[in-house]
This record gives sequence, C-alpha cells and structure tokens, in this order.
Amino acid sequence: MSFFGGSNMYGGYGPIKILNGCSISVEPGEVSVIVGPNGAGKSTAMKALLGLLELTSGDVFLDGKSIDALNTRQRVMAGIGFVPQTENIFPGLTVDENLSMGGYLRADSVADTKQEVFKLFPILGDRRKQLAGTLSGGQRQQLAVGRALMTNPQVLLLDEPTAGVSPNVSAQLLYEISNLKTRDMAIIMVEQNARQALEIADTGYVLVMGENKFTGSGPDLLKDSEVKKTFLGG
Amino acid sequence: MELANAFLIFANYVLVPSITYGAQLALGALGVTLIFGVLRFSNFSHGEMMSFGTMVTILVTWVFQKSSISIYPLPTALLALPIGILATVCFSLAADKIVYSYYREVKAKPVILMMASLGIMFVLNGAVRLFVGPGDRQFFDGERFIVTASEVKAYTGLAEGVSIRSTQAITVFISILLFVLLYLFLQKTRAGTAMRAYSDNRTLATLSGINSQAVVRITWILAASLAVVAGVLYGLDKSFKPFTYFQILLPIFAATIVGGVGNPLGAVVGGFIISFSEIALTYPYRKVVLYIYPDIDLNGYILQLVPTDYKFSISFTILVLVLLLRPSGLFRGVSL
Repeated sequence: MSFFGGSNMYGGYGPIKILNGCSISVEPGEVSVIVGPNGAGKSTAMKALLGLLELTSGDVFLDGKSIDALNTRQRVMAGIGFVPQTENIFPGLTVDENLSMGGYLRADSVADTKQEVFKLFPILGDRRKQLAGTLSGGQRQQLAVGRALMTNPQVLLLDEPTAGVSPNVSAQLLYEISNLKTRDMAIIMVEQNARQALEIADTGYVLVMGENKFTGSGPDLLKDSEVKKTFLGG
Repeated sequence: MELANAFLIFANYVLVPSITYGAQLALGALGVTLIFGVLRFSNFSHGEMMSFGTMVTILVTWVFQKSSISIYPLPTALLALPIGILATVCFSLAADKIVYSYYREVKAKPVILMMASLGIMFVLNGAVRLFVGPGDRQFFDGERFIVTASEVKAYTGLAEGVSIRSTQAITVFISILLFVLLYLFLQKTRAGTAMRAYSDNRTLATLSGINSQAVVRITWILAASLAVVAGVLYGLDKSFKPFTYFQILLPIFAATIVGGVGNPLGAVVGGFIISFSEIALTYPYRKVVLYIYPDIDLNGYILQLVPTDYKFSISFTILVLVLLLRPSGLFRGVSL
C-alpha cells in the first residue's frame, strides 16, 4: 500500500456520480499529477482525499491507516496540507499574518517554518508586511503554497496551482513545487496544464469520467501515443 | 475677542456634544460592523442590545444605590456596567445558539439572518418594556461637571464659556480606551488575527484549523460589550428611554455604512461624521453669527438649517447619499 491516497473511490454530489472507482496515491518524496479533460472528476477526487466530499465507497488512507472517519480539519491536523484553486489566501491580512494563520493549529513556534517558506519563495520574505491582496497572481500562488506548508505537512494537495498564472511563472512555480520532494513530502497536484505538469510527475493519473484511464510515470505518459492524441493535442 | 466668543459658543453647543455623541455612535457602529464582518448580516437587534444592557446596568445601579455603594465622583452606573455587559453577552450567546447558529448551519442567505435579528430585536424590545416600562429614566449620579461655563467665563473674562460635563469626559475617555484595545486585539493577538482571517475567507480559515465557533463567540462577546458600553454612556449623558434606543439604530447604521461596513476604523470615523452632521445642522447659529458680524440684521432668523425634530432625516440623507455615490463606504468595507 502506498503512503497516502484513495482507492476505488466512488462518490459525487447527490444523484450525480462523479468518481467511478478511481484510485490515486503518492509516496513520500514523489509528485503525483492528476490530469484529464474537463469534468473528469480531478478536483472532486482531491476533495474526496481531503474529506470535503463524502465517498459512497472506497478508502482514503494515510501512513497505513484509514482516515475515512476524519473530517477535513482533523485531516489537516494529521498532516495533509491543501492549496485550494481559488480564494487560497487571506487578502486583507499581511503576508506574514497569512503564514501565521497557516500554522494556526501548531502549538510550537512557527518562526522556523516561516523562514523556510521565505527561503523557498524569497519574494514573500521581501513583502512580509504587505497585504496579501496586493500581490501579483504568481506571488499569490506562492503565498498559497507557503500558507499550506506552515503546518509542516507530510502530504501536500494542490488544486491547479498554476491556474491564472502566466506560462513563465507557472513553469517556475511547478519547479519550486517539485523541489519540495527533497523534503520527503508527498505531493498530489491537479493540473489543467497537463504537459508542463507531467514533466515533473513521478506518477501521472489520467482521469476520464471518474475512472483511471492511464497511469504511469510522467515522462512515459508524455510519450504514450494514445495519451498524446487524446489529451495533449497530438 | 468676539471671535473667541463665537468659537466658545460653537464649542459648547456643537463641538463638545458631537464629539461625545460621535464616540457613542462609534462604539455602537463598531459592534454592528464586527457582526457584519464576521457573521455577514446586519444586526437589527443592536439598538435593543444596547437598551437591554443599559436596563440591566440601571437595575444593578439601583441596588448599589440602595446599599450605598458608590464610587463618587464617578457615576455608580460605571460600577454596575460590567454586570450589564455580562448579562447582554450571555443573552447574545444564547440567541446565537438558539437562533442564529441554525441559520448558519443551513447556510441561509444574509437577509434571513437579518430577519432573524429583527425578531430578536422585538423580543428584547418587549422584554425591556416589561421590566422597566417605556418611560424616561435618569440614572446619573456623581459629580455633574468637570468644567462649568461660568468657571470658564470667570477665568477668561469672556461673555461665553464652554462646559464639559463629566459624562462627556467619561464617554471620550472610555471610547478612546476601547478603540485602542480593540485595535490591539484585532491587529496584534492571535485570536484577533484569526477573527480577521475568518472574516476575509471563511473556507480557508476553516481549512487552516481556525475554530469558527470560537470566532463567532468572540465576535458576539465584543459586539455585545461594545453595545452595552455605548448604551450606558449614551444613557448617562442624556437619559434612558427604550424608544430612543430603538431610534438610535438609524444613526448607528448610517455611521457603519458611511465608514464602510465591516471596517472598524470606518465605523469610528462614520460615527463622528454622523454626529457632527446631525448636531451641526440642527444648531441655530444666530448667536455665533452675531458675535462675528455684530452689525448684521438677522431679521429674527435663528439660522437653524434643520429643525431638531428632523434630526433623523440627516442620518437618513447621508445614508442614502453614501449608498448612491460610494456604496462601499469611505474605507472599503466587508472584511475586518
């Protein structure tokens, strides 16, 4: 069994079934990327991993134990960090305060973790007293990732971190995210930007209609002619 | 000399009263703005919360007076104030548990919460009249003046003087103290930052592990405390009459909206704008003008722009103008 993930997940919103038995998992120090067409259930799968969506069947597990019974807050406390796609910062708080709130649950001092985040994203350090709402798109995403890192998570879930960010910045951002692997963090990312994301993926999942259509290492999937034809535009 | 007289009379009848009234409105508006910033609805029961807390304070004041407990030269009501605050905080927490929490759970629209607050308003409104009746009550005791007009006249040798009542000084002192404390709480403490974060982005705050129930509780405690302090200070300065506390909701809402709903600094500035407008526009300037232009023939006019009976039309007009011209208020609102 993998370190973290969900297996045979079924679920949806009321009568609408979105997940039809998909399985996603990740190991420490690896990046799993979920790609697929619109409406394939990518974000829904991530919500299920976080406990924001109740599964009708299937399991979510962390470190060998089922965490189905935990609610979102408890999962965050158990070491799962989450970066939502939108509204992922507190615009009226300063950069520094955003990070403090990210580490709200921690009983110990968050100062060291803040320094690490500033090392990872130096621009945030320069702007620590600035209101988060005044940051640029790329800086906001960096802050959103930084905020999620403040709990020192073992697992980091990112829902389209490069959405609405210019191509240069998004390449940079993906590079920085993949660097987190060196800290033995397990990373699962949903990405619209399939080609760029698969390049850094240890495992890529192509979801279609809530099912695993293709699974493989990122570079392999990029080479696969069928994946290329159907999802990467030839 | 004449200018000094004009200024003193202006200060006595416009400046000093509007600073006092403005501080009282600001305290009320801060409560409304906190509730809106965190719970996202306009709390129509705020005036009645002021009234309820003031009533409890008055009842306790009477008990203290009977048992000759006093803090002369300060009014006994200040000693009773914490009990009034406690009672109102308990009431608002109970109201939140019994009424508002349900609507939050079902994710009701803000307008439904607002209507619920209207219901709470009627409940409190009735309760207060049941306990102490609708009549006008004075509950001030202690030293009335800090400086009287005649003392100022004797000291300066001028024809006009300015008096400062102790209730005015107490109001300003307590208000400034509370403004500073609230600012420090919101900006410098963990709980205050969590409250601002919750107000900014509820979902993310919950994801970050901020306990929404605790935030809601702190918000009610702050809003109810500010409401009671505002109510008692207003009552000490003027008098306690339940109907007046119902009416004061309009200037308080106007102050909140002028400053930008959800913005504490805006609420304070808004309070002073409304109070100054209300008092300055209803004051008859005849004497002030005659000091500056002694030879002018005013033909019996008292130079009052708006009759005192229409003072509420001023808040209302400002409210409408702000909503038309700058709906988000002077300081952009909607998060703490």
